Amino acid sequence: MEYLETKGRIFDIQRYSIHDGTGIRTIVFLKGCVLRCRWCCNPESQEYAIQTMMVQGKPKIIGRDVTVREVMETVEKDRPYYRRSGGGLTLSGGESLCQPLFARDLLHAAKAIGIPTALESMACAKYEVIESILPYLDQYLMDIKHMNPQKHKEFTGRSNELMLENARKVAASGMTELIIRVPVIPTFNDTPEEIRDIARFADKLPGVRRIHLLPYHRLGQDKYDGLGREYLMKDILPPANEHMDMLKRVVQENSKLICQIGG
Amino acid sequence: MFTPGNYFYNGVGHVTVKYEKVLEIGYRGIINEAKELLNQCNFGDGDYATRSRFLQAVIISCEAVIRYANRYALLAAQMAQKEKDPVRKAELAQIAKNCSRVPENGAASFWEACQSFWFVQQLLQIESSGHSISPGRFDQYMYPYYKADLDKGVITRSDAQELIDCIWVKLNDLNKCRDAASAEGFAGYSLFQNLIVGGQNKEGLDVTNDLSFMCISASAHVFLPQPSLSIRVWNGSPQSLLLKAAALTRTGIGLPAYYNDEVIIPSLMSRGLTLQDAREYNIIGCVEPQKAGKTEGWHDAAFYNMCRPLEVVFESGYDKGEFIGVATKPVEEMTSFEEFYDAYKAQMNYFISLLVNADNSIDVAHATLCPLPFESCMVDDCMKRGKSLQEGGAVYNFTGPQGFGVANMADALYAVKTLVFDEKKVTMAELKRALKLNFGKGLDDVSVGDMAMGIIRGMQAQGVAVGSGDVAKVVAQIRSMDISDADKKRFAEILEMIDQVPKFGNDDEVVDAFARDVAYTYTKPLQYYKNPRGGMFQAGLYPVSANVPLGAQTGATPDGRLAHTPVADGVSPSAGKDVHGPTAAANSVARLDHGIASNGTLFNQKFHPTALSGEKGLDNFVALIRSYFDQKGSHMQFNVVSRETLLDAQAHPENYKHLVVRVAGYSALFTTLSKSLQDDIIRRTEQGWK
Repeated sequence: MEYLETKGRIFDIQRYSIHDGTGIRTIVFLKGCVLRCRWCCNPESQEYAIQTMMVQGKPKIIGRDVTVREVMETVEKDRPYYRRSGGGLTLSGGESLCQPLFARDLLHAAKAIGIPTALESMACAKYEVIESILPYLDQYLMDIKHMNPQKHKEFTGRSNELMLENARKVAASGMTELIIRVPVIPTFNDTPEEIRDIARFADKLPGVRRIHLLPYHRLGQDKYDGLGREYLMKDILPPANEHMDMLKRVVQENSKLICQIGG
Repeated sequence: MFTPGNYFYNGVGHVTVKYEKVLEIGYRGIINEAKELLNQCNFGDGDYATRSRFLQAVIISCEAVIRYANRYALLAAQMAQKEKDPVRKAELAQIAKNCSRVPENGAASFWEACQSFWFVQQLLQIESSGHSISPGRFDQYMYPYYKADLDKGVITRSDAQELIDCIWVKLNDLNKCRDAASAEGFAGYSLFQNLIVGGQNKEGLDVTNDLSFMCISASAHVFLPQPSLSIRVWNGSPQSLLLKAAALTRTGIGLPAYYNDEVIIPSLMSRGLTLQDAREYNIIGCVEPQKAGKTEGWHDAAFYNMCRPLEVVFESGYDKGEFIGVATKPVEEMTSFEEFYDAYKAQMNYFISLLVNADNSIDVAHATLCPLPFESCMVDDCMKRGKSLQEGGAVYNFTGPQGFGVANMADALYAVKTLVFDEKKVTMAELKRALKLNFGKGLDDVSVGDMAMGIIRGMQAQGVAVGSGDVAKVVAQIRSMDISDADKKRFAEILEMIDQVPKFGNDDEVVDAFARDVAYTYTKPLQYYKNPRGGMFQAGLYPVSANVPLGAQTGATPDGRLAHTPVADGVSPSAGKDVHGPTAAANSVARLDHGIASNGTLFNQKFHPTALSGEKGLDNFVALIRSYFDQKGSHMQFNVVSRETLLDAQAHPENYKHLVVRVAGYSALFTTLSKSLQDDIIRRTEQGWK
């Protein structure tokens, strides 16, 4: 039971989430990320350091250090809802894999008491790290943002080779249900060709059946102000519903994947 | 403190009669039964005078009902003769035939059964002007007629659906006159005709049938607030029924309400119902369970505001300068929280006894002045006992006054315990002053009036003669009273500290256990009282809409609630205080003892429409309900509407004449509600997900 004492840094726990994995879920947001996506709706997640963010005019401390045991006390509170809905624990971030031991032990702790697990991640880590958590992971919600390495680097700060390679390896392992998620960002990846390329890649991954297209939203904009940062996407409007429907058809025409808009 | 006005001004209503008896043997059959019983009476019997009069009254009223129906038959026949459209002509001819057959005789078809049902439903409300005449398990007693017609091939499913839809429209036809206070407490012109589908039979088997689904469809078709549609839920409830119900909830109509068999059945048994009767429960009015055709439940017997006794604690038994409660120690001299809590319980117990007396007095008046033979002939064992319902003729007799403000009192008492006694950050004198001066947030006319009344009564008590000039002077003094900046600062600090104390509704086990105990201060004492019909009192924890008008009579409370704002509804957390989402709120509410509140509890949640979108949205929504029920919650209801929509409807009512919202145990048209009740609904914490 040592895994219960592992420490890590989180910035939020959100209960009753229904858009990140099966059923009713509790999302634990781990702090720290390797990417710097321009559209990121959780900019307070990016730095590992504990920060102060202004929220509705009041300073709020973002980030706290906790043990797995402490997190699980909250996660366990919604067990009746997981049981009825097939839900459970979802790790999100940030990139949870930046805190590999903490992430692994959280998932381990949940599985040990029969709570289903999911991870929302870009797979931007050494494969050994990912391999270490797979035994405790039911669903991997993996972001694939773009197939072009240069464009990926331009908009997120990193190239995509490592992540695509990890996607292949995770799929080949057969140890978890891999679901591909694409944040659809105007000016970045919202053309039919770009979505088609991602769909074709995902379709070839063994065992992958589902793809989620997540329309860009601006709910994170105020947080940039709160952190004293500039929001680079000010002039970008969320994609229209019709556009999302069109992209969904593109996926369906180019792959056998089950495609849904939203999580 | 409380008002029993609901039954003071008009009939009690709040009953589900044996519709199936009228469907089966008709009023002719009931008249024959009455005649038979009358024949068995002997002049020498001790109760001959009352028994024979009662049975004669039954016969007279049933004969009147038959004549009434025949007038419809005659009119329909005349209309049929003149009608040119052959389809309508045939319909009118059928209506004429139906009304001449029922409700005098047993129904021979589904259409006749519908017609017979409607006469019963309408006439019960005409007899006494009571509301919450609840059709109950319509899907059960109507099913044999539907099934028989289907099997014979004389009706199609869509014909039957149309007839049900017609009944749904008719249920919205009725209205009643109320006194002004009741009109606020029962806002929105509802008649609370609760109709429930699904659930178990007396053997514990699930008896959901085709009509259960068709009733849900009917509400979706007509999209009107009546009937108050309810669903019984247990482990054996078909998922398809709940998904169908959830799809109706998603439309935003506020229907249906969901009820948990696994709490309600044992709860009713603890009040003396047999297992078989308890399994066949239905809901009356808002949330009140009972066994149809055997119960006179007085389910809505009074509104009791749990916040007011706390005000009296702060004044040692006085209210506006008048001694109305129990003499408890001045709060400044109290040295422990237990002492303070005991004083609250003492005031509670006293006002509960006054409430009992008020209800029982009205109960006697109904028996004496207005027994109802027509209603009584359809509830066991009135006929056999030769007694009306009002005189105690029913098998089960209850009186169920409802308390509300549980969340406010839980938060308030917990704040007092934490800040005054445990952490000693605020003195009792400071808190008392802060409450009296509404935390420095300004005094409205009601507060000024109350304070003036207190001062004047104090002067009179000291033998000072008070003239009208003095009254004006006192009022002027209060109005010009200046609260110092230091006071204002301190009050703001106190409010901030109160805000930091954990609140009910956030899945905090300590606070929730506290709330459970606070609810007991109402539910436990009440169950030891008896009513004049030979039954007992049982508590409900639901507000109808009285949490708004009675909140308007209540000063500031130590949970940080400002003077004259609404009190929390039902067992729901205080509006906006539950900040950890719907599961946390539901877990907290489930920690209350719902079983002891056997007259029903009410839990509101408000959802943004996106929360129920798609199949997955419905699946998760049903899972939420089932999980709350797994934890022994009793009732759950939902408003699915965006805050923006409600605000827009408030600003432009002309565009929202059809916007139906869930108020308490019922739905109403949003635009017919008072501004303050609209605000209350808008303020309810909106549960969504990001």
